[in-house]
Amino acid sequence: MAINHEVLDKILLPYPDKVKKNRIKHIVRKNPEEGCQQIEANTRTIPGIISQRGCCYAGCKGVVVGPIKDMITITHGPVGCGYYSWGTRRNKARADENTPPEQIYGAMCFITDMQEPDIVFGGEKKLAKMIDEVVEIFHPRAINICATCPIGLIGDDLGAVAKAASERHKIQVLSYNCEGYKGVSQSAGHHIANNMLLEHVIGTGDAKSEPEKYVINILGEYNIGGDSWEIERILHDIGYTIQGVLTGDSSYEEIKNIHIANLNLVMCHRSINYIAEMMEEKYGTPWLKVNFIGVEATKKSLRDLAQVTGDETFIRKTEEVIAREDSVVLPVLEQYRKICAGKIAFAFVGGSRSHHYQHLLRDLGMEVVVAGYEFAHRDDYEGRQVIPTIKLDADTKNIPELDIKPDPERYQEAHVHLNLSKEKYDEICSRIPLGYYEGMYPDMKSGNLMIDDCNHYEAEILVKRLKPDLFFAGVRDKYIAQKMGIPAKQLHSYDYSGPYAGFTGAMNFARDVAHAMTTPAWRLITPPWEKETKEPGDNNA
Amino acid sequence: MLDCMPEGPVEHTIGKINPAKTCQPIGAMYAALGIHNCLPHSHGSQGCCAYHRMHLARHFRDQVLASSSSFTEGASVFGGAANLKTAIRNIFEIYNPEIIAVHTTCLSETIGDDLPTIIKQSEIPEGKRVIHTNTPSYQGSHITGFSNMVRSMISYLAEATEPVKKEQVNILPGFVNPGDMREIKRILQEFGIPGIMLPDTTNVLDAPLTNRYSLYPEGGTTIAQIADTGNSKQTIALGSWASDAAGAMLLDKCKVPCVPLRTPIGLKATDDLIMTLHEKFSCEVPGSLAVERGQVVDTLIDTHFHYQGKKVVIFGDPDIVIPLTEFVLTMGMIPKYVLTGTPGARFETEIKHMLGEYQVEGSIVKAEGDLFQLHQWIKEEPVDLLIGTTYGKYIARAEDIPLVRVGFPILDRAVHPLMPIVGYRGCLRLIEMISNTLLDRRDRDVSDEDYELVM
Ligand code: SF4
Ligand code: SF4
Repeated sequence: MAINHEVLDKILLPYPDKVKKNRIKHIVRKNPEEGCQQIEANTRTIPGIISQRGCCYAGCKGVVVGPIKDMITITHGPVGCGYYSWGTRRNKARADENTPPEQIYGAMCFITDMQEPDIVFGGEKKLAKMIDEVVEIFHPRAINICATCPIGLIGDDLGAVAKAASERHKIQVLSYNCEGYKGVSQSAGHHIANNMLLEHVIGTGDAKSEPEKYVINILGEYNIGGDSWEIERILHDIGYTIQGVLTGDSSYEEIKNIHIANLNLVMCHRSINYIAEMMEEKYGTPWLKVNFIGVEATKKSLRDLAQVTGDETFIRKTEEVIAREDSVVLPVLEQYRKICAGKIAFAFVGGSRSHHYQHLLRDLGMEVVVAGYEFAHRDDYEGRQVIPTIKLDADTKNIPELDIKPDPERYQEAHVHLNLSKEKYDEICSRIPLGYYEGMYPDMKSGNLMIDDCNHYEAEILVKRLKPDLFFAGVRDKYIAQKMGIPAKQLHSYDYSGPYAGFTGAMNFARDVAHAMTTPAWRLITPPWEKETKEPGDNNA
Repeated sequence: MLDCMPEGPVEHTIGKINPAKTCQPIGAMYAALGIHNCLPHSHGSQGCCAYHRMHLARHFRDQVLASSSSFTEGASVFGGAANLKTAIRNIFEIYNPEIIAVHTTCLSETIGDDLPTIIKQSEIPEGKRVIHTNTPSYQGSHITGFSNMVRSMISYLAEATEPVKKEQVNILPGFVNPGDMREIKRILQEFGIPGIMLPDTTNVLDAPLTNRYSLYPEGGTTIAQIADTGNSKQTIALGSWASDAAGAMLLDKCKVPCVPLRTPIGLKATDDLIMTLHEKFSCEVPGSLAVERGQVVDTLIDTHFHYQGKKVVIFGDPDIVIPLTEFVLTMGMIPKYVLTGTPGARFETEIKHMLGEYQVEGSIVKAEGDLFQLHQWIKEEPVDLLIGTTYGKYIARAEDIPLVRVGFPILDRAVHPLMPIVGYRGCLRLIEMISNTLLDRRDRDVSDEDYELVM
């Protein structure tokens, strides 16, 4: 069934006027004839609407700083926020030559567990004491302190506590004022975390760049289900050296030295573009938007990267690795295409996955007809060229923008970072969009829908109308879709599978998606004694 | 696993490291899902609501709907009244529940929003209800939040309207799985005693997959039933942390007497429930239940050598841990460390009393503890088995001790919310889990010559 005006009207119908006026701007049906279509994003969630969004704390602690494996992150607040973000995001981490197993804290959870007197009289002493105990017990290399909602209100000065603790223990103690009410979603927390890491961690190491190596960082890759290990496997095979992955399986030790990289790759643009941009301003490091989700997308990213190096060896090696991987992956995908081809899907996730996964689904012959992000900004839909035109509202203005100046010792121009002549660099830039992200829009087919911050009600109507074959969302929406008879996969946690990135990941994903659609139970919903025969997915006509 | 754990004893006096509790609102949300046609509403920033829904969805593997007041910084400064009023209007227009059950969060509590007044000033359509409870997470735990919400259901909705109390029982099941609630309802049916269960998450969080989707699943206690709890002649409050407050409120408000009992986990606690029903409703204990009980005793005798004398850790929520400890004592096991994250000194007294009765010495019992502490004790003196939530799996792996998953939350195994651990049938299931886990371990560890067909 086509997405026509009737469907759109139906979505908006029961909304009170104010809600309707608001939501209509978050829903765009792609029509290239209309020129650049604008979508509203990164604005307040409407009270009472069942949204998928989380909070600033979740973006800061849960997404960006929590996964740094050798830092202890203390959540300052009552027990819940820290508890729910303990071990639930599948950021895999392991020991390596920089970080022994005793210095990995990913399976642990640290909370000040504020009690009523702390709320009344302040929690600074408790926090300071907890830092002391934690240092005494675990000797971490560095500590993060993340604020939860009540902290801002009671006025605990986290910065002062952190500074004093840092002086006492001679390790870095970083504090993040990422109270959940800041901004309008997780997005504010990404920004706060990015600021802190850039200002206080990145560039504090004394590693020197190694001219014989080509060093890259992967920014915005969180190693869910082992994704970054798969990406690193491929990049290593081609011959690149990876200094840091932010922040999947990353360590404080590595992050301190990511300034030595020749180039930053950016996976999840939303959560990390601030660091990419600020490193460019501070060190001159250029960045390249990549997407390692999907075989074709991975190949394109690898080829773009090889082009950016301007180095024939990398270009050749890239093709060798691609040929090698293709020979394994393509026959496998071909099998699954038989099941998947022609099927349609919805994708409502995060700030980049709803775009990235469209490529992988296309490899399988599937089309995403409705896609949306939970907490993205307009640039993630429409492309970075819209950034200068985005009006900052009060919620966003509360998140500090750092004033970055070029580092007097370390700043180098982009072409110097890339070991290229200025001419060669300019020539490459004319072909490969360095420092740019085009957003989801160009990849959507005409007539399909983009919905920002899609809520339960809108998803329900669309599922009933369009009867997708697959529904990609988070755990909260998975079971809703399945109750409607639609197979659903979690794209945050991969339903505990993975990796889904790179070549190996594509095969895993194809298998999981095929299984989700073909598991025999879908044909058993109607009991034999219920006369009318219904097809799966037809349940809510 | 957990190589970062220190070797010897350390000073850990402040905060929580690997907590064994969570915050109040999730309990309130779970309780509210047990009202028919109800949308739980979280008054605070949306993050809490997102986390609570996520956690419940992971445990139950079922749809968990709840809305939020979605505070921004402005609301946090000026109070959340406008957000709540807008939310209530939007919820009734878009999701059309019969009732909204509002709970607070740390944020709205710290601000000090006055919920009764805000609700009074809200537009509530004819025939619809909005109730609320206060759930500041800087007190108590998720169990406190559950208890508060159930008490609020009574205080808002229960009414004594009949001159003579009805021959029916109110069952306050406490924070247990729908599978447990279903089993308790079956026991009532065996007796033939009409009952109202509050809350009732059967057919909500163990809902079947059918050809009919609805926003509000079929289950849940109806508003009419909640009102009618005021006319019942008896309340049985199962688990004092989760249910005593509501039981007391029913007595106070509607003069319904309340018998507080332990959650019917294990033989003794189930016997107590059966005897209470038998005595209060003067009806014979059905033969079917006598058979079930006999089967439990028979099994205990048949299998005691699988587990008797084994040292066990039990951790989780107090209403589950207390009767479970009693049951493992019945099984002849030794509860070496017993811990809950929820505060309440009574926990320690009750457990210590039981240990005394069975002459078990040298155990450590702790309320308001955390799993870091527990792990330290285990490192000092190991045990044979862990019984508790999913969070025990790190210790299980680090120390190579098997874990039987019981309680909330269980995030890494499925089906458990549908399977009871209460009643005599629950006893059999617990025996099976404990016994099989220990035997599997033995089979894994023994040498070839000791590997046996019959055990
Ligand atoms: S702030 Fe929210 S998630 Fe955190 S403890 Fe309080 S209610 Fe729970
Ligand atoms: S209290 Fe604030 S920080 Fe904690 S989960 Fe809720 S919204 Fe997020």
